[in-house]
Amino acid sequence: MTLASFIIQLLNGLAAAASLFLVSAGLSLIFGVTRIVNFAHGSLYMLGLYGAYSLIEFFGRTPLGFWGAVALSALAVGLVGVLIEVLVLRRIYRAPELFQLLATFAIVLVIKDIALFTWGAEDLVGPRAPGLTMAVEIMGRRIPAYDLLLIAIGPVVLGAIWLLLTRTRWGALVRAATQDREMVGALGVDQAKLFTSVFFVGSVLAGLGGALQIPREPANLELDLAIIADAFVVTVVGGLGSIGGAFLAAIIIGVAKAFCIGIGTVTWFGFEISFSKLTLVVEFLIMALVLVVRPYGLLGKPQAAQRAASEPAPPLQVPSWTFALVWLALLAIVPLVADRYATILLTDIVCFALFSVSLHFIMGPAGMVSFGHAAYFGIGAYAAGLLLKRFGLPMEAALLLAPVIAGLFAIVYGWFCVRLSGVYLAMLTLAFAQISWSIVFQWDSVTGGSNGVFGVWPAAWLADKTVYYYMALVLCGAGIVFLWLVLFSPFGYALRAGRDSPLRAEAIGIDLRGFQWAAFVLVGAMAGLAGAVYAFSKGSISPSSISIAQSTDGLIMVLLGGVETLTGPVVGAAIFTWLRDVVARNTEFWRAVMGGVILLIVLLFPQGLVGGLKLLVTRWREQRA
Amino acid sequence: MLTRNRLLAGTAALVALALAGPAAAQAPIKIGELNSYKVFPAFLEPYKKGIELAVEEVNAAGGVLGRKIEVVSRDDNGNPGDAVRVAEELLSREGAAFLIGTFPSNVGLAVADFAKQRKVLFIAAEPLTDKIVWDQGNAYTFRLRTSTYMQTAMLIPDAVKLKKKRWAIVYPNYEYGQSATAAFKKLLKEKQPDVEFVAEQAPPLGKIDAGAVAQALADAKPDAIFSSLFGPDLAKFVREGQTRGLFKGVEVFNLLAGEPEYLDPLKEESPDGWYVTGYPWSELKTPEHTKFLNAYQAKFKDYPRLGSVVGYATVMSAAEAIKKAGSLDQEKLVAAMKGLTLITPFGMVEYRAIDHQSTMGAYVGQIGVKDGKGYMKNWRFVDGKDALPSDADVQKMRPKN
Repeated sequence: MTLASFIIQLLNGLAAAASLFLVSAGLSLIFGVTRIVNFAHGSLYMLGLYGAYSLIEFFGRTPLGFWGAVALSALAVGLVGVLIEVLVLRRIYRAPELFQLLATFAIVLVIKDIALFTWGAEDLVGPRAPGLTMAVEIMGRRIPAYDLLLIAIGPVVLGAIWLLLTRTRWGALVRAATQDREMVGALGVDQAKLFTSVFFVGSVLAGLGGALQIPREPANLELDLAIIADAFVVTVVGGLGSIGGAFLAAIIIGVAKAFCIGIGTVTWFGFEISFSKLTLVVEFLIMALVLVVRPYGLLGKPQAAQRAASEPAPPLQVPSWTFALVWLALLAIVPLVADRYATILLTDIVCFALFSVSLHFIMGPAGMVSFGHAAYFGIGAYAAGLLLKRFGLPMEAALLLAPVIAGLFAIVYGWFCVRLSGVYLAMLTLAFAQISWSIVFQWDSVTGGSNGVFGVWPAAWLADKTVYYYMALVLCGAGIVFLWLVLFSPFGYALRAGRDSPLRAEAIGIDLRGFQWAAFVLVGAMAGLAGAVYAFSKGSISPSSISIAQSTDGLIMVLLGGVETLTGPVVGAAIFTWLRDVVARNTEFWRAVMGGVILLIVLLFPQGLVGGLKLLVTRWREQRA
Repeated sequence: MLTRNRLLAGTAALVALALAGPAAAQAPIKIGELNSYKVFPAFLEPYKKGIELAVEEVNAAGGVLGRKIEVVSRDDNGNPGDAVRVAEELLSREGAAFLIGTFPSNVGLAVADFAKQRKVLFIAAEPLTDKIVWDQGNAYTFRLRTSTYMQTAMLIPDAVKLKKKRWAIVYPNYEYGQSATAAFKKLLKEKQPDVEFVAEQAPPLGKIDAGAVAQALADAKPDAIFSSLFGPDLAKFVREGQTRGLFKGVEVFNLLAGEPEYLDPLKEESPDGWYVTGYPWSELKTPEHTKFLNAYQAKFKDYPRLGSVVGYATVMSAAEAIKKAGSLDQEKLVAAMKGLTLITPFGMVEYRAIDHQSTMGAYVGQIGVKDGKGYMKNWRFVDGKDALPSDADVQKMRPKN
């Protein structure tokens, strides 16, 4: 790169950082105060773009029309945020940690289909900003004037937020709640109003970030998920709740991407390295690096210990043997009475059940939330496929070795992850998952690249779908029972002790970090087993088995069933898989229906399905007594 | 009490039921269709309309084998695992005769492998990947759409004619973009050995940093650019490139950019003079296209996109295959598909016996702007069979079953 292109790419990076910063600042603000990991934040950004597009068409392409539309769209998105908070989230603040995540997933689904219904499927290319359509010549290169404006808007908004936070009473309350929201509540501040107002401001920022992109980005239906991962990365790299950190992180990531593109392909020691392809994953590499070095992000502070936002998790109840045997018998009979497809659907459910139980093990009793659990599922699947296809191992050997390999990866990833806690830990697991995903996606000669591996079929004696189902039932069932047994072993009790009070656990001599690391490896191997069984049931594996979507599916299953129960994750996996199958078959706008059903469950059973049912049974018994 | 009358009545009822039997056997033939409807709605909504039109026409003409046809559609969520599951559901629960559909390469290939395992006919509608008929081809899979290689090869004559030396390349970083790039480099190098590829950018699909990419390409000072971007990536690239003067004095080739799905959103900013493959629907005057266009516009009050043609032609292929096979036996269907010819809106098409690729062609031309809208000018139709590699090369790539 010459000096001139270096400068220009720097400006490009800064321009790209502007919107990213606005969205991330909103996310950071909301998280800081409400502790909600808001997956719907990307959907608000997308609505900002669509809203601005429609309003500009309505007002006309004049400077006033353009900027009026941008401002109005941001405010409208703010109102959508308020609606979400008042109608949904406010009702579940007392639910177990992270349950709100499930609600925001559902909202993502609903908003996506509403956008599809309202604006149609075609990409909507917005107008350029009136008066700023030209390019400015800098060092012999042309850079859009609008980009320069964006570069200026970033610091302006940063300053405005800073003033708001430091110079107003509202800002003081927000900062106080970010540090210790129970104390703020105890001092008589109306938390409901505070949360609603924070949601409004955060959503306005997301909407503004979207609306400002209208001259640079066509409004389309993929924007929500495209931005949300990046926004999380920026928030975490900067340090949760730190607006300045978000600004810094947005710039680092925006500029890093621009430089990767600017450098392009280089040859070092005879190896051709394409930095341009690195843009696939560069933000996650940065995040992994930052979190390993600075466990609370660049400008973040250690999170204040929370005085329980909800009731502490109740002790787990072991399902009785009769209960388990009845279910096992029922599952064993299905292929004899139902049709072929029921068996196949059940095979899927059985795989996902083990996947979700392994995720529950780590995020529930072990207290370490994983946003990247698909890493082990996918690595298990790929290990099985590659051992079979590239190393010519017999299918049985490949199937049994796959969990070992997934476990080996968990040893490496887990070592880094257990050094962190809370959302930082969750995001580091996501970073590792994304890094694994990008390697699988890029390494054509070994993993088949974006297409994946094909011809991964089981051995002849397992080829029959019913036989395969029984094998899946035995393997995954054994995995689930094993994980449950571990939870009631001294090892499991130690983990739960570590979750409920790390200090006391350490004080009585538990090597918490070592235990947590071991837990990581254990669940990694089990998720790998689930992945391997899944791979052979499908005959092919593609990078989507390691994708963020797969990880979030796991989270939905666990939360849907109930994170505080043992059987919840199994029920969640079954209900979610079955529901998707049925809903997708019978309705056109199946995502909205799916989201609606999940929202309904969220509002009716804030403890998850199994947790909620248990509560009902207990209440009923109490009334009778 | 069982009287003789009641006995008679019962027998009559039984006979009536038995007679009704054959009528029940006249239930429509179900064709299983799966696609990533929610992931690529811009292409697949028109595609679905094309399917509906074709089903209506086939049934209006009396159906096939004396029965009507019915296309049962499923959403595969863009995920190969889900696709294999819904494919199984279509076959075993819906009783679909065979499978058609799919859009992304990885889903198409996964379903193709499934079809091979299950020994069921699969007509891949849209996946562009070359592998589905070549490297990973199998006995049960056929593909309708003009492939990545074919569309790239169609642009080569124009590229060679311009005699540009320095080429820059930009492509979405996944199978389609990678193989388009590989094919373009190989084919151009054969025709023009002194060509130089001076820059290569591979932004992630749907997430291009268009400003930075445009700048990086401009820095390489290319004479011409080959791009395989589409959708939002393309729109962003066009706008940034125009603002930054990237395209001034530079010839640009862009696969697929002439398809209404991707061209129409660009409106007045459609890049004048770009060489593209696409579908100039409003200018085609062949009788088979006019018939299709009129029927489509009458039914949907909208103009067809390329997806509509693909959906329509896929169902028509399925119907013709059943007619030719005279049965729903898989081996007979596969045998019928080999060398099957039919008339599509793009003219006569043949499913080649050698690699199961159809010879569906594509329109090659340049983008022009008229009344604030993009359109294709100087276009010509290239028959698919003229854009395929030699039989010897195909046999080398395709595994012997």
